[in-house]
Amino acid sequence: MSERKPIYLDYSATTPVDPRVAQKMIPYLTEDFGNPASRSHPYGWTAEHAVEDAREEVARLVNADPREIVWTSGATESNNLAIKGAAHFYAESKGKHIITLATEHKAVLDAVRELEREGFEATYLQPEPDGLLSLEKFKAAIRPDTVLASIMMVNNEIGVIQDMTALGDICRANNVIFHVDAAQATGKVIIDLETLPVDLMSFSAHKTYGPKGIGALYVRRKPRIRIEAQMHGGGHERGMRSGTLATHQIAGMGEAFRIAREEMASENERIRMLRDRLLNGLMQIEETYVNGDLDHRVPHNLNVSFNYVEGESLIMAIKDIAVSSGSACTSASLEPSYVLRALGRSDELAHSSIRFSIGRFTTEADVDYTIDLLKSKIDKLRELSPLWEMFKDGVDLSKVEWAEH
Amino acid sequence: MTAHTVFFDHNSTTALKPQVLEAMLPWLTAPTGNPTSRHVFGRNAREALELARKQVAECVGVQASQVIFTAGGTEANNFAVKGIASNLSPGQLLVSSIEHPCVARPAQSLAWQGWQVNQILVNSDGVIDLAQAEQAFQTRPGLASVMLANNETGAIQPVSTLAKLARAHGTVLHSDAVQAFGKIEVDMQTLGVHAMTLSSHKIGGPIGVGALIIDKRLDIGPLLHGGGQERGLRSGTENVAGIVGFARAAQLAMQSLASRGALVQGLRQQLEVGLHKLGATIFAAKAVRLGNTSFFAIPNIEGETLVTALDKAGFAVASGSACASDSTEPSQVLLAMGVAPDLARGAVRVSLSDSNTSDEITQFVAALQQQVQRLKGLSAVAA
Repeated sequence: MSERKPIYLDYSATTPVDPRVAQKMIPYLTEDFGNPASRSHPYGWTAEHAVEDAREEVARLVNADPREIVWTSGATESNNLAIKGAAHFYAESKGKHIITLATEHKAVLDAVRELEREGFEATYLQPEPDGLLSLEKFKAAIRPDTVLASIMMVNNEIGVIQDMTALGDICRANNVIFHVDAAQATGKVIIDLETLPVDLMSFSAHKTYGPKGIGALYVRRKPRIRIEAQMHGGGHERGMRSGTLATHQIAGMGEAFRIAREEMASENERIRMLRDRLLNGLMQIEETYVNGDLDHRVPHNLNVSFNYVEGESLIMAIKDIAVSSGSACTSASLEPSYVLRALGRSDELAHSSIRFSIGRFTTEADVDYTIDLLKSKIDKLRELSPLWEMFKDGVDLSKVEWAEH
Repeated sequence: MTAHTVFFDHNSTTALKPQVLEAMLPWLTAPTGNPTSRHVFGRNAREALELARKQVAECVGVQASQVIFTAGGTEANNFAVKGIASNLSPGQLLVSSIEHPCVARPAQSLAWQGWQVNQILVNSDGVIDLAQAEQAFQTRPGLASVMLANNETGAIQPVSTLAKLARAHGTVLHSDAVQAFGKIEVDMQTLGVHAMTLSSHKIGGPIGVGALIIDKRLDIGPLLHGGGQERGLRSGTENVAGIVGFARAAQLAMQSLASRGALVQGLRQQLEVGLHKLGATIFAAKAVRLGNTSFFAIPNIEGETLVTALDKAGFAVASGSACASDSTEPSQVLLAMGVAPDLARGAVRVSLSDSNTSDEITQFVAALQQQVQRLKGLSAVAA
């Protein structure tokens, strides 16, 4: 018995591989299978060409020099390499203090925690209730021994976009290395590294219709940023990241980023219309709150809390759509989302939040179906809820004194 | 363009098997969830991932929970060396003198943390000198790493004997089995090691996937921190298609191990008879070697020159390990065996697979003879 596939609205967790990307990958899985590091025969050269073409495509999407792109196995590795690599390299000259944001992806937070274990100090800045980082708070956190700041461009749960130019300028003025996790940003916002004051930037393929297991790290050449390699070996990627390059994966990422560059303007318009349609539909449901600023936000994301609905019951009730109730990487746990908690949401509201993420293959019909589904299921769940009844009766639930068990 | 070249460089990478592509395609062409997601897209991806884990585990005689997937052999080797060292207090670290750079360099990188790196040496046949190894283990090193089969010479190392030594001295032993896996029987229990590295693209699977197989009681820390995938030991969204392909390739390799082994060994014998006639020195010839590998030099002919000439003649071979192909230094493995640098500079590696044929070997030997005569003629003129 095969389960009927629900409507996929979880593009921030991962995207399907675009058919054009898959087509681009297959030749390197079949006839052109060489190791790009083999310099002595055409199998190696063909693979190397593919790798360099893809490097150019990735660089073009973010207006960088191809020589600034280092291949990795994904954004997690890119984040680890950037943060540990730069911290280790510059600790002696700059100091051992790191600044990051409490709502960063786990790959950033855990890499910083690892550095803390090694003797670095870290400041975890709290965002404002809209999810944005206050420039004043950021500036105030900088110390003479601050070596690195790591602030994500687009948040994976709430989709808010931080002010990269302003944050980068502050870093430049204070001689702090600036790393940006842009895994959720490529193909969604314009990234121009010619003008952005960013030193290191992490990319992922599988959030932008490319394959899983491939990513890249941008490492600025002017002014030159140095990082200590975290993966040692054959000296690939100019010594910054050893390991045989996965030609098919890289070719796939290049194609995915080419498509993103060429189509993002029109695609984002379409996705914004769908998102706004979804937003307008859901806001007709009483006691519904959008998490995160709506203006500084990628069009793909809508994160909503439904008050007086129990989170787990809601997830079970809306199985016909594939959504996320938190970041995919932590959704196995029943802890409320740490991102929503950082915005000041209560545990209850955090638990009853849903992240809808819209993408290339989402249709208007998908959105309409989703609105109807949420409306009817939330109605049903609230019918059974004593809390909802009390709320409707005008009881201020925050003033209720619950009896101890 | 590449269609006319005979591929004799299978230790560098080898063609993906059609059945592997078939196994991978559904995970590339149909919407595939993030295995961490709880919805059906995520659960299906998770199921495929766990099935693959079980399949790889069966190939090396362990339980699924002992398989930690990585982005390849290099990462698995770095993970083993640094991850095991991170949970030990710094002390002695033993590595063989013929390790791949992705073991040797992470080991060196630990020096600043207070580790003292010592070498286990090989004899002139390219095999670990057990008497010296026994001495080396007397210092009770915290960690040792010795590869199962060398990528250049193909020489198989006495890893199970070393594992007994290691266990007797309280040493954690890791073995890089990247070149051995899929060519000879690789059983974790028999080897007795605490950790072992595998790679997908050396056995007909996709590039960019590997695994570290670990003893259940092994205390190891992660190299990549983040979302907590692979039981917290390797964070990062799993490469589902790649891992499924790796598992399929591993299964296929195990099924045909004996028949392929006999076939390539026959081809290599044919090759080496020809090489002897040309006056070639075959390295590690007295060692028990992987059946597909022949590493040789023709005295007074540069390996690089010969490899280029052979490429023009339509044969893809290597002058050393592909990762170090950029450098013109003589092979470190050969120097470790005590081969004179001049002879080592002549080294050429032929590595075969069951896709190669006897006719190709015949053509190769003829082409080699022609190139050797031509190059010797040139050097005679130059003299």
